Amino acid sequence: MMNNLKKIAGIVWILLGPISIYYLVKTAAIEISKKPVPETKIQWIVFVFIFIPIAIGLVIFGYYALKGEYQHLPESSAEIND
Amino acid sequence: MNQTKTAFSIRKIIGASSVGTLIEWYDFYIFGSLATVIASQFFPKTNPTAALLSTLATFAAGFVVRPFGALVFGRLGDLIGRKYTFLLTLTIMGGSTFAIGLVPGYSQIGFAAPIIVLILRLLQGLALGGEYGGAATYVAEHSPPTKRGFYTSWIQTTATLGLFLSLGIILITRHSLDSDPLKSFSKFNNWGWRIPFLFSIFLVGISIYIRLKMKESPLFAQIKSEGKISTNPLKESFSHKSNLKMVLLALFGATMGQGVVWYTSQFYAMTFLEGTCKLDFDQTRTILIWAILLATPFFIVFGKWSDRIGRKWIMLAGMFLAIITYRPLFQKLITITDTQTKTEVAEKKQIQTSYNFIAGSNDTLRTQAISHFFTNGTSLTETKIDTLYATPGKITLKPDVKISKLVGTGDYWLIVGILFIMILYVTMVYGPIAAFLVELFPTKIRYTSMSLPYHIGNGIFGGLTPFIATLLTTIYTGDKLVGLYYTIIIAGLSFIIGALYINNKTDKDISD
Repeated sequence: MMNNLKKIAGIVWILLGPISIYYLVKTAAIEISKKPVPETKIQWIVFVFIFIPIAIGLVIFGYYALKGEYQHLPESSAEIND
Repeated sequence: MNQTKTAFSIRKIIGASSVGTLIEWYDFYIFGSLATVIASQFFPKTNPTAALLSTLATFAAGFVVRPFGALVFGRLGDLIGRKYTFLLTLTIMGGSTFAIGLVPGYSQIGFAAPIIVLILRLLQGLALGGEYGGAATYVAEHSPPTKRGFYTSWIQTTATLGLFLSLGIILITRHSLDSDPLKSFSKFNNWGWRIPFLFSIFLVGISIYIRLKMKESPLFAQIKSEGKISTNPLKESFSHKSNLKMVLLALFGATMGQGVVWYTSQFYAMTFLEGTCKLDFDQTRTILIWAILLATPFFIVFGKWSDRIGRKWIMLAGMFLAIITYRPLFQKLITITDTQTKTEVAEKKQIQTSYNFIAGSNDTLRTQAISHFFTNGTSLTETKIDTLYATPGKITLKPDVKISKLVGTGDYWLIVGILFIMILYVTMVYGPIAAFLVELFPTKIRYTSMSLPYHIGNGIFGGLTPFIATLLTTIYTGDKLVGLYYTIIIAGLSFIIGALYINNKTDKDISD
């Protein structure tokens, strides 16, 4: 039951990645067009630059969850060093 | 006898590691705490908002580079050892902080000033990115399994105490430059702000001396003697699926939520009290100082408790409480400081007006301060500055108006109480997290693997909280609490991921 929930939630994390990128880029475009001064542009470019890799990380996390990678967490380093 | 010796030795290890980390946090936070003053010194004054935004961007830059520092110094720490790496980070941090105190202002050297400050700020961020993982790993690798949460929680107090120290030293300096408070504030804004930066060199000097006397972590020394150290910690940390999945879990299930709670309860609360509630500069800071002082012991309490019941649910309970109570708590701050609901003592109202001739013209600068007093001890001062032009008919179109409130004793302690509750959440999410992160990763790539999720969570998600929250209030102007949605959504996501995927078991053996 719990393992199935972990897997299904994986789909949510995978979808959340592109959704948050879309929302971020869309908001950035709207805010820059509203006030096209250097401060606004720099600020939103920084946000987009740093949050896109994190959103991709969320997609990878979701993919691992969907594949059942988190059903068993490693209990010793030997399991991590594969 | 042996036990006494071991206890003394571990106390020395914790003390030496914590003092250095505390100084690094102090160095890092004085910049943030003096953002407005630094803006006036290093950025063009034509547009104060632009100047403040520039500083906040610089402040953000200090946070954004932290993950890169985690990679650079984490790798070094896994290759050459914990001790020499966190000595290096301390030296870079101390040197950069001292140098900021020496940089001439924009009026003297032009655009070179903000560029130099930005570079030094980036160096501060890099150094901090390397420091925390080293100190937490170093203490954890000396700790017995049953006391790992307890011993590492001392390292966890340093971030908050660093903020405490920075606020305290700024307040003391601000008040001690002249017997007349107004002159003292003016001197502080002109040159006195440099003192907290320059003072750092003494603290760093002492800390380097202490750290030089420390030995390498026993677990790292052991794997080094066995020839088991990693040849490429970055590759092993992030390209091996089995380790990468733990890095991602640490980030999304713990550090991301912890970061936003930490910065909302301490930094955003300060910005909110001063900016939205219009509370006086000094009163905002003394309130935060009291709340920190009262809440700090709970880092140790929750760290110790996590050794008995596990780390997971303490951290997640802190996040959950923050999610459900932030809005009512911040709303209460608005209510307490709202003077429209208070009864004014009309006969106490004061109006003070002063005139100063503007050099090189026939115009005059008029400063008018109107003070209102209320029955519960609260006061509100509205200061309006405008120019009286010699040319007939010409008037200042938009006078500079500032509002500053001082709350009475009862309200003061009520606000301390609210901030204490918020910082209590910080102690829950942050107290056990060092032990939690250390236990997730193997010794040979621990420094690298734990530093990155910590600094993305704490530095990027957390560090940008005051900035993003303030930005949200400028986009959605109808709701003063709209900035909190950033924290609530991020902490909510982290809570769900943590509850679903994190294991509550503590790893007894971290030597593998």
